[in-house]
Amino acid sequence: MHLTDIEESMLDGKKGEAIREALAFQLEVGKFFGAKRFVPITNAHLMGDIEVMGNAGLGLLRRLSDHHGQCAVPTSTNARCMHFGEVEELRQDIVEIEKEKEIVRHIKDMGAVATDTCINYQTVYQPKLGEHVAWGDTGTVIYANSVLGARTNYEGGMSSFAASLTARTPAYGFHLDENRRGSLQVNVKAKLLDTADWGALGKIIGHPNQDYFSVPVFHGIDEMPLSDHLKHLGASLASYGSMAMYHMVGITPEAMTSAQAFSGRHPDHIIEVTDADIASVYSGYNYLEAQANIVVFSGPQLSIFEMQNLAKLFEGRHVANGMHVFVTTNHAVWSDAKRLGYVETLEKSGVKILQGVCFYILQRLTQIREENGWTNLISNSAKLVNTITAHRFNTILRKTHQCVEIACSGKLT
Amino acid sequence: MQWEINMSIKLQLKRAWGPSVEAPVLVMKEGFSPRYDLDRWTGVISRIGHTAEGQSIVGKILIIPTVKGGVAAGWAFYDLLHKGIAPLGLVFGKLNPVMVQGAILANIPIADGLNQEAVLLLRNGQNIKFDPGTKNITIVN
Repeated sequence: MHLTDIEESMLDGKKGEAIREALAFQLEVGKFFGAKRFVPITNAHLMGDIEVMGNAGLGLLRRLSDHHGQCAVPTSTNARCMHFGEVEELRQDIVEIEKEKEIVRHIKDMGAVATDTCINYQTVYQPKLGEHVAWGDTGTVIYANSVLGARTNYEGGMSSFAASLTARTPAYGFHLDENRRGSLQVNVKAKLLDTADWGALGKIIGHPNQDYFSVPVFHGIDEMPLSDHLKHLGASLASYGSMAMYHMVGITPEAMTSAQAFSGRHPDHIIEVTDADIASVYSGYNYLEAQANIVVFSGPQLSIFEMQNLAKLFEGRHVANGMHVFVTTNHAVWSDAKRLGYVETLEKSGVKILQGVCFYILQRLTQIREENGWTNLISNSAKLVNTITAHRFNTILRKTHQCVEIACSGKLT
Repeated sequence: MQWEINMSIKLQLKRAWGPSVEAPVLVMKEGFSPRYDLDRWTGVISRIGHTAEGQSIVGKILIIPTVKGGVAAGWAFYDLLHKGIAPLGLVFGKLNPVMVQGAILANIPIADGLNQEAVLLLRNGQNIKFDPGTKNITIVN
């Protein structure tokens, strides 16, 4: 890789040990992908919580902190694995909670803004067309590349921290024009109304076409999708297909026409998605016999509009016996939802709202499931019903209003 | 005999990083994510219905045709290493950057570009030599 004078001095340790370690790590990643240079970034989004970092990751963070590592660009943080308030069903480990707090302290000391959110693109920062960033959450990455036209790869773990410290990232993958061209044509003939329908579309395309460098191009979307629709589509594509970018003809900024979306590349194949295909996603899930079940609205965290909609659907109703309902959102949305009365409405209905976390990354989730006897997990998030399976939930995707009906009636339909 | 055929087989990889290792393989028929599929306290595949459900990744070279998710691997391999339950190598058909970022952090050799036909030649428990320097894997026995 070509290194500038500044990058050479970083690698020599002249900018401090934290930056030296960060750049050396980035260099190895860049070499693997054949990057020829680094590209400057304007924003970073850190992903790191004790559930996935463990003691080893915490130790690494302490080292960076001891070496006075400082964020060199505006930096936000992803959802956490700990809900710091009292919730009787969770009973998270005290020792691990303290470690999570220590992680937050180190991150703040490094100069990051602890937003604890996986919807930074809706609530924190919206990079512009062509802007290079380094974001450490798949849902944020695919939204940035596709909807905003910004440029980022998945930057997991140390990678997002390193980019924040050095203000650059290796130029490979979706930082380069050639990898942003469409590779797969999707003709959508289905009517997509609920966020779950958009997630189902993501599953249909992502699951059989698992490839980070595959870029689906959606045709036939006649009505302008909402941000929440695109959020669930992207999160699902990233989850099932490990995809980091899509185009939507006439809607996303690098796809005003089909020709622009493909930029001379021929699609590997063409897929048609009908109403029947969407329906078959829902019918593909089967309930198990159970005494206790859980309905979860999470993955990604809810926007203020999703909170408003849920409050409307739950108003005057109550969660049925044997059902438990959780919502996750970030601190900013929660504060607004509190001010606007949505929190009160939801809590009055028996819904538990978790702040600054995402449900599937909760610390000790397997034990939490076992202690509560939860068997079926019903959600309107196609991503969540995929990501949480290591904890052996039996997962079911349903539309938002159906999730509310199941939660309040207790009938598994 | 399959044994004799295997002795001479070298499988070519596209991109590779890390030290050379020799270990038994665990062959998966689908994508793998440490968060979606693995009990990260035992090293056993815990996802219901995964083709390697119930099998341990500890000390194995994982053969993974494709990728799914997720940013968790960026930290997870480093965590597994320090818990003493890490795999010894990662050989993908297709991968995403997080797998590379996580493997480099944990100093676990990693490669991509193993084709589907090559995957069919490998059986669980077979010892292979994975040499990122030459971008080859060799079936030992």
